[in-house]
Amino acid sequence: MIGVLLRRELALTWGRGGGAALAVGFLACASVMLPLSLGPEPARLARVAGGVAWVVLALASLLSLERMFERDFEDGALDLLCLGPLPLEIVATVKCLAQWMVVGAPLALATPVAAIALGAKPQAAPLLALAAALGGLAFAFLGGAGAALALASRRGGLLIALIVLPLLTPPVIFGGAAIENFQTGLPWITPLAMLAAYALAAAALTPFAMAAACRNALS
Amino acid sequence: MIIGLRIEGLCLARGERRLLSGFSEMVRAGEAVALTGPNGAGKTTLLRAVAGLIRPESGDVRFDGADGAIEAEDARRFGCHLLGHQDGLKSGRSAGEELDFQVRWTGGTAEAAEAAARRLGLTRLLGLPVRALSAGQRRRLALARLAASPRSLWLLDEPLAPLDSTHRALVGELMVEHLGRGGLILAAVHDPLPIGAREVGLAGAA
Repeated sequence: MIGVLLRRELALTWGRGGGAALAVGFLACASVMLPLSLGPEPARLARVAGGVAWVVLALASLLSLERMFERDFEDGALDLLCLGPLPLEIVATVKCLAQWMVVGAPLALATPVAAIALGAKPQAAPLLALAAALGGLAFAFLGGAGAALALASRRGGLLIALIVLPLLTPPVIFGGAAIENFQTGLPWITPLAMLAAYALAAAALTPFAMAAACRNALS
Repeated sequence: MIIGLRIEGLCLARGERRLLSGFSEMVRAGEAVALTGPNGAGKTTLLRAVAGLIRPESGDVRFDGADGAIEAEDARRFGCHLLGHQDGLKSGRSAGEELDFQVRWTGGTAEAAEAAARRLGLTRLLGLPVRALSAGQRRRLALARLAASPRSLWLLDEPLAPLDSTHRALVGELMVEHLGRGGLILAAVHDPLPIGAREVGLAGAA
Protein backbone atom coordinates (compact mmCIF):
# COMPACT_ATOMS: atom_id res chain seq x y z
CA MET A 1 0.00 0.00 0.00
CA ILE A 2 2.92 2.30 0.71
CA GLY A 3 4.17 1.51 -2.80
CA VAL A 4 0.84 2.55 -4.33
CA LEU A 5 0.96 5.85 -2.47
CA LEU A 6 4.65 6.46 -3.15
CA ARG A 7 4.20 5.92 -6.90
CA ARG A 8 1.45 8.51 -6.95
CA GLU A 9 3.37 11.00 -4.84
CA LEU A 10 6.46 10.65 -7.02
CA ALA A 11 4.39 11.32 -10.12
CA LEU A 12 2.70 14.32 -8.51
CA THR A 13 5.93 15.78 -7.13
CA TRP A 14 7.58 15.35 -10.50
CA GLY A 15 4.77 17.27 -12.16
CA ARG A 16 4.41 19.94 -9.51
CA GLY A 17 6.08 23.25 -10.24
CA GLY A 18 8.80 21.82 -12.42
CA GLY A 19 10.00 19.34 -9.77
CA ALA A 20 13.65 18.43 -10.11
CA ALA A 21 14.38 20.57 -13.16
CA LEU A 22 13.38 23.80 -11.42
CA ALA A 23 15.48 23.13 -8.32
CA VAL A 24 18.56 22.04 -10.28
CA GLY A 25 18.09 24.97 -12.64
CA PHE A 26 17.97 27.31 -9.67
CA LEU A 27 21.19 25.83 -8.33
CA ALA A 28 22.86 26.18 -11.74
CA CYS A 29 21.70 29.80 -12.11
CA ALA A 30 22.98 30.77 -8.67
CA SER A 31 26.36 29.10 -9.30
CA VAL A 32 26.73 30.93 -12.61
CA MET A 33 25.74 34.30 -11.12
CA LEU A 34 28.08 34.06 -8.18
CA PRO A 35 31.41 34.56 -10.02
CA LEU A 36 29.81 37.46 -11.88
CA SER A 37 28.91 39.20 -8.67
CA LEU A 38 31.91 38.26 -6.53
CA GLY A 39 34.56 38.56 -9.19
CA PRO A 40 36.33 35.67 -10.89
CA GLU A 41 39.41 35.22 -8.64
CA PRO A 42 39.60 31.44 -8.04
CA ALA A 43 40.94 31.84 -4.52
CA ARG A 44 37.98 33.87 -3.36
CA LEU A 45 35.43 31.63 -5.08
CA ALA A 46 37.00 28.46 -3.70
CA ARG A 47 36.76 29.96 -0.23
CA VAL A 48 32.94 30.39 -0.43
CA ALA A 49 32.06 27.49 -2.76
CA GLY A 50 30.95 25.00 -0.12
CA GLY A 51 28.93 27.50 1.87
CA VAL A 52 27.17 28.96 -1.14
CA ALA A 53 26.24 25.51 -2.40
CA TRP A 54 24.52 24.97 0.94
CA VAL A 55 22.55 28.19 0.94
CA VAL A 56 21.40 27.57 -2.60
CA LEU A 57 20.44 24.02 -1.71
CA ALA A 58 18.30 25.23 1.18
CA LEU A 59 16.53 27.84 -0.93
CA ALA A 60 16.06 25.51 -3.91
CA SER A 61 14.43 22.95 -1.61
CA LEU A 62 12.04 25.61 -0.34
CA LEU A 63 10.90 26.47 -3.86
CA SER A 64 8.68 23.49 -4.43
CA LEU A 65 7.45 22.95 -0.89
CA GLU A 66 4.50 25.28 -0.78
CA ARG A 67 2.13 23.07 -2.72
CA MET A 68 3.04 19.84 -0.94
CA PHE A 69 -0.27 19.51 0.95
CA GLU A 70 -2.17 22.44 -0.49
CA ARG A 71 -3.19 20.76 -3.76
CA ASP A 72 -4.53 17.73 -1.93
CA PHE A 73 -6.33 19.99 0.50
CA GLU A 74 -7.96 22.06 -2.23
CA ASP A 75 -9.12 19.29 -4.51
CA GLY A 76 -10.43 16.93 -1.84
CA ALA A 77 -7.70 14.32 -2.18
CA LEU A 78 -6.73 14.88 1.45
CA ASP A 79 -10.15 13.53 2.48
CA LEU A 80 -9.42 10.41 0.51
CA LEU A 81 -5.96 10.10 2.05
CA CYS A 82 -7.51 10.41 5.52
CA LEU A 83 -9.93 7.57 4.80
CA GLY A 84 -7.24 5.25 3.49
CA PRO A 85 -5.68 2.22 5.16
CA LEU A 86 -2.53 4.03 6.32
CA PRO A 87 -2.45 6.54 9.17
CA LEU A 88 -1.97 10.16 8.15
CA GLU A 89 1.46 10.18 9.79
CA ILE A 90 2.68 7.57 7.30
CA VAL A 91 1.03 9.41 4.42
CA ALA A 92 2.92 12.56 5.41
CA THR A 93 6.18 10.61 5.66
CA VAL A 94 5.68 9.17 2.18
CA LYS A 95 4.97 12.63 0.79
CA CYS A 96 8.21 13.99 2.26
CA LEU A 97 10.20 11.01 1.03
CA ALA A 98 8.80 11.57 -2.46
CA GLN A 99 9.81 15.22 -2.22
CA TRP A 100 13.29 14.13 -1.20
CA MET A 101 13.62 11.58 -3.99
CA VAL A 102 12.39 13.94 -6.70
CA VAL A 103 13.96 17.23 -5.59
CA GLY A 104 16.55 16.33 -2.94
CA ALA A 105 18.35 13.54 -4.77
CA PRO A 106 18.99 15.44 -8.04
CA LEU A 107 20.12 18.42 -5.96
CA ALA A 108 22.47 16.18 -4.00
CA LEU A 109 24.02 15.06 -7.29
CA ALA A 110 24.18 18.58 -8.68
CA THR A 111 25.64 20.20 -5.55
CA PRO A 112 29.19 18.75 -5.88
CA VAL A 113 29.24 19.72 -9.55
CA ALA A 114 28.30 23.28 -8.71
CA ALA A 115 30.74 23.49 -5.78
CA ILE A 116 33.65 22.08 -7.80
CA ALA A 117 32.86 24.42 -10.66
CA LEU A 118 33.23 27.24 -8.15
CA GLY A 119 36.58 25.89 -7.03
CA ALA A 120 35.98 23.41 -4.22
CA LYS A 121 38.46 20.55 -4.05
CA PRO A 122 37.33 17.58 -6.20
CA GLN A 123 38.15 15.25 -3.27
CA ALA A 124 35.28 16.88 -1.39
CA ALA A 125 32.69 15.67 -3.94
CA PRO A 126 31.52 12.54 -2.09
CA LEU A 127 31.21 14.47 1.16
CA LEU A 128 29.36 17.28 -0.58
CA ALA A 129 26.88 14.83 -2.10
CA LEU A 130 26.37 12.99 1.19
CA ALA A 131 25.92 16.19 3.16
CA ALA A 132 23.53 17.56 0.54
CA ALA A 133 21.50 14.33 0.61
CA LEU A 134 21.22 14.49 4.40
CA GLY A 135 20.43 18.17 4.30
CA GLY A 136 17.81 17.60 1.61
CA LEU A 137 16.16 15.00 3.85
CA ALA A 138 15.95 17.49 6.70
CA PHE A 139 14.67 20.21 4.35
CA ALA A 140 11.97 17.95 2.92
CA PHE A 141 10.56 17.01 6.32
CA LEU A 142 10.87 20.45 7.90
CA GLY A 143 9.42 22.04 4.79
CA GLY A 144 6.58 19.54 4.84
CA ALA A 145 5.80 20.52 8.42
CA GLY A 146 5.76 24.17 7.38
CA ALA A 147 3.54 23.42 4.38
CA ALA A 148 1.08 21.48 6.55
CA LEU A 149 0.96 24.21 9.20
CA ALA A 150 0.32 26.86 6.55
CA LEU A 151 -2.66 24.93 5.10
CA ALA A 152 -5.91 26.82 4.82
CA SER A 153 -4.20 30.14 5.36
CA ARG A 154 -3.88 32.76 2.66
CA ARG A 155 -0.36 33.69 1.62
CA GLY A 156 0.78 30.29 2.84
CA GLY A 157 4.12 30.62 1.07
CA LEU A 158 5.16 33.51 3.25
CA LEU A 159 4.10 31.66 6.36
CA ILE A 160 6.07 28.58 5.31
CA ALA A 161 9.22 30.65 4.91
CA LEU A 162 8.65 32.19 8.32
CA ILE A 163 8.10 28.84 10.03
CA VAL A 164 10.75 26.89 8.19
CA LEU A 165 13.71 29.22 7.85
CA PRO A 166 14.72 29.14 11.54
CA LEU A 167 14.47 25.35 11.45
CA LEU A 168 16.69 25.21 8.38
CA THR A 169 19.57 27.03 10.03
CA PRO A 170 21.03 24.09 12.02
CA PRO A 171 21.46 21.81 8.98
CA VAL A 172 23.00 24.68 7.02
CA ILE A 173 25.44 25.35 9.86
CA PHE A 174 26.38 21.69 10.35
CA GLY A 175 26.58 20.96 6.63
CA GLY A 176 28.59 24.07 5.89
CA ALA A 177 30.93 23.29 8.78
CA ALA A 178 31.51 19.71 7.61
CA ILE A 179 32.59 20.91 4.16
CA GLU A 180 34.61 23.84 5.48
CA ASN A 181 36.46 21.57 7.91
CA PHE A 182 37.12 18.97 5.23
CA GLN A 183 38.64 21.57 2.94
CA THR A 184 40.84 23.02 5.65
CA GLY A 185 41.89 19.65 7.03
CA LEU A 186 40.00 19.87 10.31
CA PRO A 187 37.87 17.02 11.74
CA TRP A 188 34.63 16.94 9.73
CA ILE A 189 32.96 13.81 11.10
CA THR A 190 31.35 15.58 14.05
CA PRO A 191 29.43 18.23 12.08
CA LEU A 192 28.38 15.56 9.58
CA ALA A 193 27.12 13.34 12.40
CA MET A 194 25.21 16.29 13.85
CA LEU A 195 23.69 16.92 10.44
CA ALA A 196 22.64 13.27 10.13
CA ALA A 197 21.16 13.33 13.63
CA TYR A 198 19.21 16.48 12.85
CA ALA A 199 17.88 15.05 9.58
CA LEU A 200 16.79 11.80 11.24
CA ALA A 201 15.17 13.63 14.14
CA ALA A 202 13.24 15.75 11.65
CA ALA A 203 12.13 12.63 9.76
CA ALA A 204 11.04 10.98 13.01
CA LEU A 205 9.20 13.87 14.63
CA THR A 206 7.66 16.08 11.93
CA PRO A 207 5.19 13.46 10.56
CA PHE A 208 3.20 13.80 13.80
CA ALA A 209 3.10 17.57 13.41
CA MET A 210 2.11 17.27 9.75
CA ALA A 211 -0.70 14.82 10.44
CA ALA A 212 -2.07 16.94 13.28
CA ALA A 213 -1.86 20.09 11.15
CA CYS A 214 -3.72 18.39 8.28
CA ARG A 215 -6.48 17.13 10.56
CA ASN A 216 -6.79 20.58 12.04
CA ALA A 217 -7.00 22.20 8.61
CA LEU A 218 -9.76 19.80 7.53
CA SER A 219 -11.98 20.21 10.58
CA MET B 1 -17.82 -5.03 7.48
CA ILE B 2 -20.07 -2.36 8.94
CA ILE B 3 -23.66 -3.43 9.48
CA GLY B 4 -24.91 -0.45 11.41
CA LEU B 5 -24.20 3.24 11.81
CA ARG B 6 -25.44 4.96 14.94
CA ILE B 7 -25.32 8.71 15.33
CA GLU B 8 -26.03 9.66 18.93
CA GLY B 9 -26.78 13.16 20.15
CA LEU B 10 -24.46 14.82 17.66
CA CYS B 11 -23.81 18.55 18.06
CA LEU B 12 -22.00 20.23 15.18
CA ALA B 13 -20.93 23.80 14.66
CA ARG B 14 -19.10 25.62 11.88
CA GLY B 15 -17.38 28.70 13.14
CA GLU B 16 -19.82 30.45 15.45
CA ARG B 17 -22.85 28.82 13.89
CA ARG B 18 -24.55 25.85 15.54
CA LEU B 19 -25.73 23.51 12.77
CA LEU B 20 -27.01 20.44 14.57
CA SER B 21 -27.78 19.90 18.19
CA GLY B 22 -28.59 16.51 19.63
CA PHE B 23 -29.01 14.85 16.25
CA SER B 24 -29.56 11.09 16.46
CA GLU B 25 -30.11 8.66 13.64
CA MET B 26 -29.51 5.05 12.69
CA VAL B 27 -28.64 3.46 9.39
CA ARG B 28 -28.85 -0.32 9.15
CA ALA B 29 -27.38 -2.75 6.64
CA GLY B 30 -29.27 -2.63 3.34
CA GLU B 31 -30.75 0.76 4.10
CA ALA B 32 -30.37 4.09 2.34
CA VAL B 33 -30.99 7.34 4.18
CA ALA B 34 -31.38 10.59 2.26
CA LEU B 35 -30.52 13.74 4.19
CA THR B 36 -32.52 16.69 2.94
CA GLY B 37 -32.67 20.29 3.99
CA PRO B 38 -31.97 23.79 2.75
CA ASN B 39 -28.47 25.00 1.81
CA GLY B 40 -26.40 25.46 4.92
CA ALA B 41 -28.48 23.08 7.01
CA GLY B 42 -25.39 21.01 7.81
CA LYS B 43 -25.74 18.03 5.49
CA THR B 44 -22.15 18.13 4.28
CA THR B 45 -20.85 18.82 7.78
CA LEU B 46 -22.78 15.83 9.11
CA LEU B 47 -21.31 13.54 6.44
CA ARG B 48 -17.81 14.79 7.17
CA ALA B 49 -18.34 14.29 10.89
CA VAL B 50 -19.41 10.68 10.26
CA ALA B 51 -16.26 10.25 8.18
CA GLY B 52 -14.25 11.57 11.12
CA LEU B 53 -12.93 14.63 9.27
CA ILE B 54 -14.74 17.06 11.55
CA ARG B 55 -14.74 16.70 15.29
CA PRO B 56 -18.23 17.08 16.77
CA GLU B 57 -18.74 19.38 19.75
CA SER B 58 -20.46 16.54 21.53
CA GLY B 59 -22.18 13.28 20.74
CA ASP B 60 -20.92 10.10 19.15
CA VAL B 61 -20.73 8.26 15.87
CA ARG B 62 -20.63 4.51 16.38
CA PHE B 63 -20.12 1.71 13.91
CA ASP B 64 -21.48 -1.79 14.46
CA GLY B 65 -19.98 -4.90 12.92
CA ALA B 66 -21.33 -8.44 12.73
CA ASP B 67 -19.78 -9.22 16.12
CA GLY B 68 -20.13 -6.07 18.12
CA ALA B 69 -18.92 -2.50 17.82
CA ILE B 70 -16.01 -1.59 15.54
CA GLU B 71 -13.39 0.97 16.49
CA ALA B 72 -14.42 4.18 14.75
CA GLU B 73 -10.93 4.65 13.31
CA ASP B 74 -10.85 1.17 11.78
CA ALA B 75 -14.36 1.56 10.42
CA ARG B 76 -13.41 4.80 8.70
CA ARG B 77 -10.11 3.53 7.40
CA PHE B 78 -11.38 0.28 5.96
CA GLY B 79 -15.17 0.48 5.69
CA CYS B 80 -16.08 3.95 4.57
CA HIS B 81 -16.35 5.73 1.21
CA LEU B 82 -16.81 9.49 1.22
CA LEU B 83 -17.80 11.15 -2.03
CA GLY B 84 -17.78 14.90 -1.51
CA HIS B 85 -18.27 17.94 -3.70
CA GLN B 86 -14.65 17.62 -4.65
CA ASP B 87 -13.61 14.31 -6.03
CA GLY B 88 -9.90 14.44 -5.21
CA LEU B 89 -8.91 13.80 -8.82
CA LYS B 90 -5.66 15.39 -9.97
CA SER B 91 -6.25 17.41 -13.10
CA GLY B 92 -2.78 16.75 -14.51
CA ARG B 93 -2.90 12.97 -14.30
CA SER B 94 -4.77 10.62 -16.59
CA ALA B 95 -8.19 9.36 -15.59
CA GLY B 96 -6.92 5.78 -15.64
CA GLU B 97 -4.02 6.51 -13.28
CA GLU B 98 -6.27 8.36 -10.86
CA LEU B 99 -8.93 5.65 -10.88
CA ASP B 100 -6.29 2.99 -10.35
CA PHE B 101 -4.81 4.86 -7.37
CA GLN B 102 -8.17 5.65 -5.76
CA VAL B 103 -9.38 2.06 -6.09
CA ARG B 104 -6.19 0.47 -4.76
CA TRP B 105 -5.93 3.01 -1.96
CA THR B 106 -9.42 2.13 -0.77
CA GLY B 107 -8.75 -1.59 -0.95
CA GLY B 108 -9.88 -2.67 -4.43
CA THR B 109 -8.02 -4.40 -7.25
CA ALA B 110 -6.98 -3.25 -10.71
CA GLU B 111 -9.42 -5.73 -12.28
CA ALA B 112 -12.29 -4.35 -10.22
CA ALA B 113 -11.32 -0.83 -11.30
CA GLU B 114 -11.44 -1.89 -14.92
CA ALA B 115 -14.81 -3.58 -14.50
CA ALA B 116 -16.25 -0.52 -12.76
CA ALA B 117 -14.92 1.75 -15.50
CA ARG B 118 -16.61 -0.43 -18.11
CA ARG B 119 -19.82 -0.41 -16.14
CA LEU B 120 -19.87 3.39 -15.92
CA GLY B 121 -18.92 3.87 -19.56
CA LEU B 122 -15.49 5.30 -18.78
CA THR B 123 -13.25 2.87 -20.65
CA ARG B 124 -12.62 5.23 -23.59
CA LEU B 125 -11.89 8.14 -21.26
CA LEU B 126 -9.20 6.46 -19.17
CA GLY B 127 -6.34 7.70 -21.34
CA LEU B 128 -7.40 11.34 -21.12
CA PRO B 129 -6.06 13.77 -18.53
CA VAL B 130 -8.60 14.49 -15.82
CA ARG B 131 -8.72 18.16 -16.78
CA ALA B 132 -10.21 17.18 -20.14
CA LEU B 133 -13.22 15.49 -18.50
CA SER B 134 -16.59 17.15 -17.97
CA ALA B 135 -18.09 17.51 -14.50
CA GLY B 136 -20.34 14.52 -15.08
CA GLN B 137 -17.49 12.38 -16.37
CA ARG B 138 -15.38 13.27 -13.34
CA ARG B 139 -18.22 12.34 -11.03
CA ARG B 140 -18.60 9.00 -12.78
CA LEU B 141 -14.86 8.43 -12.36
CA ALA B 142 -15.21 9.10 -8.63
CA LEU B 143 -18.25 6.82 -8.43
CA ALA B 144 -16.29 4.05 -10.14
CA ARG B 145 -14.09 3.94 -7.04
CA LEU B 146 -17.16 3.20 -4.92
CA ALA B 147 -18.25 0.44 -7.25
CA ALA B 148 -14.76 -1.09 -7.46
CA SER B 149 -13.56 -1.24 -3.87
CA PRO B 150 -15.80 -3.04 -1.44
CA ARG B 151 -16.50 -0.75 1.51
CA SER B 152 -19.85 -1.04 3.15
CA LEU B 153 -20.72 2.51 4.23
CA TRP B 154 -21.17 5.02 1.43
CA LEU B 155 -21.29 8.67 2.49
CA LEU B 156 -22.43 10.63 -0.54
CA ASP B 157 -22.70 14.37 -0.89
CA GLU B 158 -24.97 15.30 -3.81
CA PRO B 159 -23.79 12.24 -5.72
CA LEU B 160 -26.05 12.75 -8.72
CA ALA B 161 -25.86 16.51 -9.20
CA PRO B 162 -23.74 16.68 -12.39
CA LEU B 163 -25.04 13.44 -13.96
CA ASP B 164 -27.42 13.06 -16.91
CA SER B 165 -30.59 10.98 -16.57
CA THR B 166 -29.11 7.82 -18.11
CA HIS B 167 -26.24 7.83 -15.68
CA ARG B 168 -28.47 8.72 -12.73
CA ALA B 169 -30.38 5.53 -13.45
CA LEU B 170 -27.13 3.60 -13.74
CA VAL B 171 -25.87 4.92 -10.40
CA GLY B 172 -29.27 3.97 -8.97
CA GLU B 173 -28.61 0.41 -10.10
CA LEU B 174 -25.18 0.46 -8.43
CA MET B 175 -26.78 1.70 -5.21
CA VAL B 176 -29.43 -1.04 -5.28
CA GLU B 177 -26.72 -3.67 -5.77
CA HIS B 178 -24.70 -2.18 -2.92
CA LEU B 179 -27.71 -2.28 -0.59
CA GLY B 180 -28.42 -5.83 -1.74
CA ARG B 181 -24.94 -6.86 -0.57
CA GLY B 182 -25.75 -5.44 2.85
CA GLY B 183 -24.26 -2.01 2.27
CA LEU B 184 -25.33 1.24 3.90
CA ILE B 185 -25.89 4.58 2.19
CA LEU B 186 -26.10 7.98 3.83
CA ALA B 187 -26.54 10.64 1.18
CA ALA B 188 -27.09 14.38 1.23
CA VAL B 189 -29.48 15.23 -1.61
CA HIS B 190 -31.69 17.91 -3.04
CA ASP B 191 -33.23 15.78 -5.80
CA PRO B 192 -34.66 12.49 -4.56
CA LEU B 193 -32.42 9.44 -4.97
CA PRO B 194 -33.46 7.03 -7.75
CA ILE B 195 -33.88 4.27 -5.15
CA GLY B 196 -36.13 3.71 -2.18
CA ALA B 197 -34.58 5.79 0.58
CA ARG B 198 -35.76 6.97 3.96
CA GLU B 199 -35.76 10.74 4.10
CA VAL B 200 -34.39 12.59 7.10
CA GLY B 201 -34.84 16.34 7.07
CA LEU B 202 -32.32 18.70 8.63
CA ALA B 203 -34.13 21.85 9.58
CA GLY B 204 -31.19 24.20 9.52
CA ALA B 205 -30.95 25.80 12.95
CA ALA B 206 -30.69 29.57 13.23
